[in-house]
Amino acid sequence: MKRILTWALSTVAIVVLLFGYKTSTSGPAQATTVAAAPVDPSGTAAPTATSTTTGETFTGSVAQTRWGAVQVRITVTDGRITDVTVPRYPDGNGKDQQINSYALPILTQDTLTNQNADIDMISGATVTSDGYVESLQSALDQAGLA
Amino acid sequence: MTALVAPTVRHVQHVMGMPISLALRGRHAGGPRGDAAWAAALAVLRGADEVFSTYRPGSAISRLDRGELTLAGCPPEVAEVLALGAAARLDSDGAFDVRRDGRLDPSGVVKGWATERAAAHLALLPETDFCLSAGGDLTCRTLDPADPPWRIGVEDPHDPTRLVAVVPVHTGAVATSGTARRGAHITDARTGRAPTGIASVTVIDASLTHADIDATAAFARGPDAARWLDARGRTALLVRTDGSTLLLSGGAG
Repeated sequence: MKRILTWALSTVAIVVLLFGYKTSTSGPAQATTVAAAPVDPSGTAAPTATSTTTGETFTGSVAQTRWGAVQVRITVTDGRITDVTVPRYPDGNGKDQQINSYALPILTQDTLTNQNADIDMISGATVTSDGYVESLQSALDQAGLA
Repeated sequence: MTALVAPTVRHVQHVMGMPISLALRGRHAGGPRGDAAWAAALAVLRGADEVFSTYRPGSAISRLDRGELTLAGCPPEVAEVLALGAAARLDSDGAFDVRRDGRLDPSGVVKGWATERAAAHLALLPETDFCLSAGGDLTCRTLDPADPPWRIGVEDPHDPTRLVAVVPVHTGAVATSGTARRGAHITDARTGRAPTGIASVTVIDASLTHADIDATAAFARGPDAARWLDARGRTALLVRTDGSTLLLSGGAG
């Protein structure tokens, strides 16, 4: 059996400890459906398949999302979207609660040099299919695949 | 290490040019229900790709951009994604935008948003924990707080074979934005240029949608990233181009 991965990390690492904090009121990824209501052109603006020079505005109906009421408005000029605005979007309250529930203490600042680091998943900006084969994530996945 | 931890079962598929990695542990890991939830999660991501891909001329987002479709003619989630993007533009003073080079490109919203929707299928699995990553942005769940957290390694933007941090997460999301392997792909929408000073931004939040948007918006702001995140009370890890790191513990702002 292969241990998941053991790395000797020579870079200074910061360990942020997240405990089993509760996300009672604003938990992540619940099985709720985030459904935006169908959007209808408002006013007299006609669907634009033709070019215009002044720009036409289409306003969607208000959609209830997990974060609150959202309404989107786009401006189409010469057949292209030239502006996207949101007449209604959730006030800060719901989001603030989420943010605050993730206010974390820094418990440890340490180096991981020569320590075992059992890692389950990698967060990074370079994890694309092109570079996957040589990535740490690939190594993790290989280690755990039957 | 404790032997009480259930073994982790892993799955990998490539969607949208990204590796989608899933780790499951618990009752349905490796079983038919776990496999079905994984298939359902992948279907969500493939569906999002069909609607939002700017590489597909026939996608709703491409047709909307060319004026061949109205917003009313698009699937309803297009309005939701555009709304999220527009809100992010306001929040970031224009550094984040769903339009690039005059084209509609909401991919900065879609990745985290779609992954969070995909994870909803995994969240239906009873007595099963999951960690789902789409190209380095991930969301995970642990049902029993007494169980060990998922251990998330944060990639060193200067050396993808190394980590700069380890973040143990029971339940929550971790998103990282930065300079991609094949060159800069995030630009400050106000200047059209790649940001300077910052190599990567990692944001931790309950919602992957918002963690991903804020990580991207902060990175686009460049030298101002830390101040902007701090003002938003974000929990974040920044790696500067000189290799130094900065940890924002959130809530203090």
